[in-house]
Amino acid sequence: MDDNEDASVITPDGLQCLLDVLTARGYEVIGPRLRDQAIVYDALSGIEELPVGWTDEQDGGHYRLKRRSDEALFGYAVGPHSWKRFLHPPRIPLWQAVRDDGQMRFVPVRDEPPRYAFLGVRACELAAMDIQDRVLLQGHYADPHYQSRRKRAFLVALNCSEAGGTCFCDSMNTGPDVREGYDLVLTELLDGEDHAFLVCSGSEEGEAVLAELPQEPATEAHLVAARAVVERTRSNMGRSMPQTAIPALLMDNLEHPRWAEVADRCLSCANCTMVCPTCFCTTMEDTSDLEGATAERSQRWDSCFTSDFSYIHGGSVRTSTRSRYRQWMTHKLATWVDQFGTSGCVGCGRCVTWCPVGIDITEEVRAIHDDVSSGGRE
Amino acid sequence: MVPEPVRVLRRWQELDAVWTLELEPVKTGGRSFQPGQFNMLYVFGVGEVPISLSGDASETAALVHTVRGVGPVSNKLVALQPGDTVGLRGPFGVGWPMAAAEGSDVLIVAGGLGLAPLRPAIYHLMHHREKYGRVILLYGTRSPEDILYAGELAEWGERADLEVQITVDHAVSDWQGKIGVVPALLPTLDFDPEDTVAMVCGPEIMMRFTVNALRDAGVEDEAIFLSMERNMKCALGHCGHCQFGSTFVCKDGPVVSFDRVRGLLSLKEF
Repeated sequence: MDDNEDASVITPDGLQCLLDVLTARGYEVIGPRLRDQAIVYDALSGIEELPVGWTDEQDGGHYRLKRRSDEALFGYAVGPHSWKRFLHPPRIPLWQAVRDDGQMRFVPVRDEPPRYAFLGVRACELAAMDIQDRVLLQGHYADPHYQSRRKRAFLVALNCSEAGGTCFCDSMNTGPDVREGYDLVLTELLDGEDHAFLVCSGSEEGEAVLAELPQEPATEAHLVAARAVVERTRSNMGRSMPQTAIPALLMDNLEHPRWAEVADRCLSCANCTMVCPTCFCTTMEDTSDLEGATAERSQRWDSCFTSDFSYIHGGSVRTSTRSRYRQWMTHKLATWVDQFGTSGCVGCGRCVTWCPVGIDITEEVRAIHDDVSSGGRE
Repeated sequence: MVPEPVRVLRRWQELDAVWTLELEPVKTGGRSFQPGQFNMLYVFGVGEVPISLSGDASETAALVHTVRGVGPVSNKLVALQPGDTVGLRGPFGVGWPMAAAEGSDVLIVAGGLGLAPLRPAIYHLMHHREKYGRVILLYGTRSPEDILYAGELAEWGERADLEVQITVDHAVSDWQGKIGVVPALLPTLDFDPEDTVAMVCGPEIMMRFTVNALRDAGVEDEAIFLSMERNMKCALGHCGHCQFGSTFVCKDGPVVSFDRVRGLLSLKEF
């Protein structure tokens, strides 16, 4: 976070005003809400719908909501949702095929997504968006569905005030401080009865929105307090990724016994890929009506943990859980770097928290690293 | 992502469950392709599969695909009748290094149906014969009854500017030709490994052994090209299904040079 001379301070009422301004500008505001005993992302009309005074307890395969002793609006880490579900939705209808007189014609489904404003985008999530941009926009073919959602989205970023038990953004160098790629960035400042948000703009649109909010100029004390929030979060990370050349470590150890050991625990359930903010794989789903007159094709999230994922004539390439876990992790941490110039992991910790058996990607890297550094097992 | 309707002009049977389809775009004219590229073919309500182009790239009026019926989509494809329509997207992918191979000898090694994606390369070599050195085709398949494009292979074998060797895994007594797997032909072949570009397509195990034999003979990894096969849904590098290490087979391949996949081809379930 830069010490922005133009930093302003708004109150919680000012935050409500931000929601109103964004709505008036035609955005559909999405933010964190409590649902099914988790903090998820959904449409938001008032700040009272935020998880006020709640936090979460996270560990491998463990997620519980807890009351806080204060009335913080953003006093929790990321939940099972990521913004991916809005920018790269779980299911998109692509086209219809219509058959008359034995001839087929194709009718594209019109895609008219709303203009989203996301409230409370963490640094790791901005990093995840940058990664999905590289995957879906920067090749020789840009995904029009992602593009139309992404380009028009307004991002209200948030410097994290609470690190989760499975967070490791600091060791992935993606957070907890927000650096770039936002329209506005907030830091929640809570000191006894004093509740305020430091706000900085990062785009022209952000500046215009900020100008419409009731605000005070930030004082040196506000800036110091905001820095302290981020530094406290940084020192409370629940996990850390080993600092080593991970791509080479994994690709040089594709037959390491650890892959079989982790496969003994892995259920191949695909949760990690569903909650991951960067996993982008999709499949095509073809359906037809009972008459056989129209057929539809949709794009739907898919996972490299399923058997169908690698199916070619005669069977799947990756039948074992060992091979699927190895594919997922080597892609995420190694081949992703060759493909897109960045790791596919941002250190958000979701795959650790939402793994039903608590498999921890940082622990898996560490196990191979430590074993190889100590000369292996033979 | 939206296919274009194409009509089946003609179809003929090549082998048991293997048919060749000649497709013509319903609205637009023909379209060009590079030898080694593929199209995504969609069957109404059933799904879409990648099928390599197996015709002559210099004839763009019709698109030729040789298909083996093995799954839900391909079984429908081989049952199509002239006049039926299917959806087509493509052509996609990186094909055979026809330009880079100019001036060199070309060694084509095909196994089974792997001859289909190589046939456009063979046509190209014959059309531009003067640009290449020796052209050698080694073809292996299971039995004499499984020889794909048998008539054409026989014609090619008659040509003075094309060296053709065919081998089968097993045969009954009336087979006069070679018996054995196709990589076994390589050690007996008299060729210049330093000035040869190898183009290989077949089952993965056949390609693995062929690469080993080519390397043993002294061909550089960068001069060995393979056509890979993986599950594909989008053909645009976005669905993730076709990854082989850092290679997206759909857009970085299907034809890749061996140095790109070195160390990975021999891994089980990679």
